[in-house]
Amino acid sequence: MNFERIREKLNILADAAKYDVSCSSSGSKRTNTNKGLGDSSGMGICHSYTEDGRCVSLLKILLTNHCIFDCAYCVTRRSNDIKRAAFKIQEVVDLTINFYRRNYIEGLFLSSGIFKNADYTMERLIAVAKKLRQEENFNGYIHLKSIPGASDELMYEAGLYADRLSVNIEIPTVSGLKLLAPDKKHEDFTKPMLKVKNELIRFKNERKIIKSTPKYAPAGQSTQMIVGATGETDKDIMYSATHFYKNFNMKRVYYSGYVPVADDSRLPSIGSQVPMLRENRLYQTDWLLRFYGFAVNEILNNDHPNLDVDVDPKLSWALRNMQHFPVDVNKADKRMLARIPGLGLKSVQKIVNARKFRKLNWDHLKKIGVALNRAKYFMICDSRNWESRDLDAEKIKGMILQHSAGKFRNQYSTQLSLFN
Amino acid sequence: MQNSKTLLYDGSFNGFLTAVFVAFEEKLDVVDIQRNSKGQSGLFSETETVFTNVEKAKRVWNGIRNKSNNAISQVYFAFLSEEEGVELTLYTYIRKLMATRNAKQTDYSDGTVLRISKLARSVGREKHRMEAFVRFQLTKDNIYFANIEPDFDVLPLISKHFRSRYADQQWLIYDVKRKYGIFYNLDYVEMVSLNLNEIHFNKIHKSNAFLNQEYDYQTLWNDYFKSSNIKSRINRKLHTQHVPKRYWKYLSEKKETA
Repeated sequence: MNFERIREKLNILADAAKYDVSCSSSGSKRTNTNKGLGDSSGMGICHSYTEDGRCVSLLKILLTNHCIFDCAYCVTRRSNDIKRAAFKIQEVVDLTINFYRRNYIEGLFLSSGIFKNADYTMERLIAVAKKLRQEENFNGYIHLKSIPGASDELMYEAGLYADRLSVNIEIPTVSGLKLLAPDKKHEDFTKPMLKVKNELIRFKNERKIIKSTPKYAPAGQSTQMIVGATGETDKDIMYSATHFYKNFNMKRVYYSGYVPVADDSRLPSIGSQVPMLRENRLYQTDWLLRFYGFAVNEILNNDHPNLDVDVDPKLSWALRNMQHFPVDVNKADKRMLARIPGLGLKSVQKIVNARKFRKLNWDHLKKIGVALNRAKYFMICDSRNWESRDLDAEKIKGMILQHSAGKFRNQYSTQLSLFN
Repeated sequence: MQNSKTLLYDGSFNGFLTAVFVAFEEKLDVVDIQRNSKGQSGLFSETETVFTNVEKAKRVWNGIRNKSNNAISQVYFAFLSEEEGVELTLYTYIRKLMATRNAKQTDYSDGTVLRISKLARSVGREKHRMEAFVRFQLTKDNIYFANIEPDFDVLPLISKHFRSRYADQQWLIYDVKRKYGIFYNLDYVEMVSLNLNEIHFNKIHKSNAFLNQEYDYQTLWNDYFKSSNIKSRINRKLHTQHVPKRYWKYLSEKKETA
């Protein structure tokens, strides 16, 4: 292998692929039965973390950064003057195998710029996955990007070798897409998604009758949206995320704060701050929807089209709905416990278990790990000193903010700092 | 009144379970259970050395497992934390478990139960970290070799993971701190101890135990690690939170900074 050439390509193509945030390697079932290489069963593993704090779990590269499209938000757009490179299929296979054997990665995340046309590109991606599975006996995780506009036959084949498939919708609104990526059509994105969804359903049904039905994308499909590139509200983003969860059986929707990569009048200029706090709030909302039993219109609606910056979405919901509180932790059902700000699902489970033995008081709750600084205003327990003052939402919010420190506080606080 | 006793065992998990068995069988008033090597006798208690007996250990193991599968793994994990005094906490835990009819292991309002579950969690976390942070280097005799220095004795816990993952390559993971390792010879995993004259952490100096190609891959990995970083999102605090500094010296991607 020509080391220097590979090294150069890897630098270019890894650099171009890093804006894809998805890096999960969990949820697949591919046990190593053939004494081959790799085993991806159940949990994912983050093998390292980059200095921006993001997980490195897969070898995330583009097959090539040549692209026929000119999407304004994308670093590999046609009109951008950057170095271009392309991997050979065998080179990607070798890199993956050798990284995997050294326990650097969980598998491969392969994406690509679109060269010639969608199908031609998709075929190349599939060829890599096929080679890994069939020739190298590789049972590790493979995440393939579905190229917008790829044909149904190819999407079917891709699912046979990949663990997860994803299409990045990137722009949450159709109007935004028209503005920033005029060559792409909304249907191009949804078509492969729909095919994958239908195949997943078909697999599930056939599996019931024929146990040996070949696996189809066992870790499901995911998508990604850029946040803060066009003027969309949090409501727009979360409603379209809900749409994808519901109608396309998505495993995950990722939100990616827009990192300015181009001087374009349609976009935030280079050097403007990445909206990390907003991204964080969107993920919190996503979790509330998927695990905490919230409906999206409870958190975001026409009266509240954007999430609060200074408090998390659950607390903000609670402050708007004080009529549900205080909740008695020794009696309330799980659903209501999960809605108390400061209580995570792990704490809820522990409380439900522990209260079978005795009534819980502040001391127990503290030891279990409940964030009492927030939770204490919203619950009562087996203790006499709960919050008995008649506080309104504004006061509670003020007291919580006063007694806590947020890592993003300096971004929105009006308080000038004495140093720095 | 019966004399209170300190039990000494050989440091193995089976040894500990035997000690628990003895304590139950002879209805001892146990003051402490200690490792032979760390034995420290109390002023008002007698010491008794317990000899490991696999049969007895198995009975305790089965007894706990019959109560709950979760409990037995909690006990094993917490034991591997090697924390000082964990044996006595475990003994109290097992007694409580046996004395209660319903799932005592989920009573998180009980101090002992919570303590054991927290210990088991941190050992579990370390196990998971080791599954992530082991970095194999290919030696000239075709063995994938890694040094580790985990906080807890997690080698017995990670062996299955690596065995099923790297079924077609020989590998050796060596715990530098506890001076033993596990070696997979393509058939099964065995425990080994080595006379390492050199600990292979990620220094820039190349050792001749490894192939040149090995260093090429380390360079590629190092490059990859750097190119996947987004500079405008830098967050070093989060980075060190996820990859604590004590692990850096064995991570090839942290080569220059260690």
